[in-house]
Amino acid sequence: MKNIIKLFIGVVAIGFVSCDADFENPVTDEGFYTSGTADLSKYVSVGNSLTAGYADGALYITGQDNSYPNIMAQQFALAGGGEFTQPLMDDNIGGLLLGGVQITANRFVLAVDANGNPGPVRLEGMPATDVATSVAGPYNNMGVPGAKSFHLNAPGYGNPAGIASGAANPYYARIATSSSSTVIADAASIGATFFSLWIGNNDVLSYATTGGSGVDQTGNLDPSTYGPNDITDPSVFGAAYSAQVGALTGGGAKGVLVNIADVTSIPYFTTVPGPAIPLDAATAGAVNAQFGLYNTQVLPGLAGLGVITPAEAASRMISFSAGQNYPIIVDNDLTDISAILQGPPFNLPAQTAGLLGQLRQENSGDLTLLTAASVLGTTPDPSNPLGVIGVSIPVSNEFVLTAAEQARIATAAAAYNATISALAAANDLGYVDMKTGLAEVADMGVPYDGGVLTSQFVTGGTFSLDGVHPTPRGYAYTANYIIDAINRKYDATIPKVAIGNYGTVQVTNNGG
Amino acid sequence: MKKIILLAVISLATAVTYAGGYRVALQGQKSLAMGHAGVAVVNSSELVFFNPAGLVYLENKLNISAGVSGVFSNVSYQNEATGATAKTDSPTGTPLYFYASYRATDWLAVGVGVYTPYGSSVSYEDDWAGSHLVNNIDLKAIYIQPTVSIKVNDALSFGGGFIFVNGSVGFNRNLNRTLSDLDGNRSEVTLDAPSVSATGWTISTMFNPTENLRIGATYRSEIIMEARGGDATFENVPNSPLTPFPSSTKFDADLPLPAEMTVGLSYEFCDKWLFAFDFNTTFWDVYESLDINFEDPNVPDSVNARNYKTASTYRFGLQYDATEMFTLRAGYYFDESPVQEGFFAPETPRNDSNGYTAGLTFNVGERFEIDASFLYLHFKEVDASYDAYFENGQAVPFGGKYKSNAFIPGLGVTYKM
Repeated sequence: MKNIIKLFIGVVAIGFVSCDADFENPVTDEGFYTSGTADLSKYVSVGNSLTAGYADGALYITGQDNSYPNIMAQQFALAGGGEFTQPLMDDNIGGLLLGGVQITANRFVLAVDANGNPGPVRLEGMPATDVATSVAGPYNNMGVPGAKSFHLNAPGYGNPAGIASGAANPYYARIATSSSSTVIADAASIGATFFSLWIGNNDVLSYATTGGSGVDQTGNLDPSTYGPNDITDPSVFGAAYSAQVGALTGGGAKGVLVNIADVTSIPYFTTVPGPAIPLDAATAGAVNAQFGLYNTQVLPGLAGLGVITPAEAASRMISFSAGQNYPIIVDNDLTDISAILQGPPFNLPAQTAGLLGQLRQENSGDLTLLTAASVLGTTPDPSNPLGVIGVSIPVSNEFVLTAAEQARIATAAAAYNATISALAAANDLGYVDMKTGLAEVADMGVPYDGGVLTSQFVTGGTFSLDGVHPTPRGYAYTANYIIDAINRKYDATIPKVAIGNYGTVQVTNNGG
Repeated sequence: MKKIILLAVISLATAVTYAGGYRVALQGQKSLAMGHAGVAVVNSSELVFFNPAGLVYLENKLNISAGVSGVFSNVSYQNEATGATAKTDSPTGTPLYFYASYRATDWLAVGVGVYTPYGSSVSYEDDWAGSHLVNNIDLKAIYIQPTVSIKVNDALSFGGGFIFVNGSVGFNRNLNRTLSDLDGNRSEVTLDAPSVSATGWTISTMFNPTENLRIGATYRSEIIMEARGGDATFENVPNSPLTPFPSSTKFDADLPLPAEMTVGLSYEFCDKWLFAFDFNTTFWDVYESLDINFEDPNVPDSVNARNYKTASTYRFGLQYDATEMFTLRAGYYFDESPVQEGFFAPETPRNDSNGYTAGLTFNVGERFEIDASFLYLHFKEVDASYDAYFENGQAVPFGGKYKSNAFIPGLGVTYKM
């Protein structure tokens, strides 16, 4: 009988110690998921704002938490991945300070105005992240917002002294290991076993987001002479990129190279419709009358004189009609005729000549930028109700990406992507065709368990309120896309995330 | 007596589900050791719960039974597509029972019982993969049952009683899969209905066709716990007219404690042996949906389909009077889950289970007995999903593999005079 009591007590004791309900094949067991021929134990991600987790026009903690490299690293952890560090900001407001003075804007949030209409507004509040306070890296996530390809190899890009002049990058200055270090050297110093490289977007994107305000530097091999909104020469890109791949694979690391997406996949360029100006028949007639002389005398005259080609003359014709109309715009690829118009035989006043200088009407080949939404149809001079932007005042160059400008971007991006693809093949690395991945979202949408991911601004779920950078859900989609490529290339079985578990735009009203 | 009941009520801090749905079948150590079969077993005042009609056949005039169990239950979750995992860290439940019966005359016995046939306490890690369905739940229901037992003759008796229920519900979940405040804290709602009262009844009969064979039947009525004016607290909600959740409001909700019908028999053989069988049906089909109606008109009501089906349990028990000092018991039961395919909600992650029980009684003198029992509840690993969660009108199933178990040692005392 004593034995029975002992047995009973023993059984009871088992109840206390082995309580876990264990699966036959727990996903947490080593070997359930595999990294294939890759070694994920030390992962470093290199890139720009997209890699940093930048969103809503700023870098902030929850955005960084949902950066695609961080999402990937959490999944890597199930297949042998190790710790992943990020240079987290000090808050979720997002702006940067330099010695107590704010130098970058706070993030956007989706706020509801007094009329009940939701829209993006800057979050109010004083940010806490001061660039002057170094949190020197290196970090596993070496994404530096604003960086172009050649910046990653540029010594001094993290020199605090150069921030004010624009020679250095505040985000990198905050984490640089020294004032002369380079992003790529800091990243390489981690000794990663696996890396991802996604750079080159800004080599065309800053040109695009400023409506082609910069210069296409193709042919200029000296990036130190480039302005911030210029297109990088493909050879400059190629040399920089090749050096980065060399630095990252130096220790035998494997990795993936991510290509550059089309600007037409991004809501910043696709949200504001081209024909944005509504006119009734009477107004259209009155506006057309104003441009009558320009259409019938000036343009044929200049073409006759050989100042402009007949094709340019035709492209510059202005015609409004009842309904939705394309606005008039300044296209700095057009021949500037303002000086000629002030002379004989036209003898136009300087102001009128200036207005007509590079004037044409936008057409279906052009893209109106998101920023134009706040100026189109407005009257900048309250005392002149007839001075309407898009109707009687041309929309400035920085608000429209013309077909010619798009072509320059596409040409450069195609060259970059050819380089990326070739380097991936030459170094036996994974190649991630994110261009196709984002085009799928933009063209037909990507279904997931809670709806369809599209590139629709605010509501599509993919892009944050700056219209360029993804939401957490968009970054989760990106992470899955890259994981797919890794699994294919390295025969790995890294699990993907459920993108419906990742948020989209943040609703919050200021105040209150 | 009052003090003991009060103590029992207070101590029922956490009753943990371990049977189908949120039914907690731990209503007596002697019966539990025999697979929780007891509708036709006459050996203690546990009959107050199992079959009041049998009380009048107890040998002694006064019978008191009380006991406590320690419930160690575990649920593991994993999704192989995403690698998401979760484990519950549920508090250890300590459900108690107390029964007393007194045979006033040869044909009449009266009694009282305090027990907890329903309850649930499940805690997942906050913000786990299924946090939009539940973070944690704590459901308690204490039944207090004055009882009478009337003997028609030595072969037939009837019994019954009124049931007064006092219960409470605490529940927390995230508002959906993604909503959070500016700092990324997930928006959540906490429901708290601290004291809900209701009444019900039970009726039973016992038939003894031979000296060795007893047949019993017990019906316990359905009781709807109507929570009215409970506290709903919303936290971490973004400051926006688009998410018009107040920091707090009131809610109404009905939670059914379903009716239960048990029929069974016991058979004594070879002097010292007793076999018991209970067939148990719980009318879970009453639990169609958990609807939470918020007082604040800005807060959308929460409709959570359950679609439970009526489910049965088959209980087998064996008792052996080994010596004058010891009585040994063992049992087995098969517990059918009321959860239907596509409605497997993680708040009560219950698939069919097998219960293995054992126990013994130690007779300390003629009047005092110590009852011990042990239950191991085994659930098969199950791949299941809850498909009735909607986001923007679109069903978003939540699924994965679940594995549950429970270890439940129990101790009780019996006093008879």
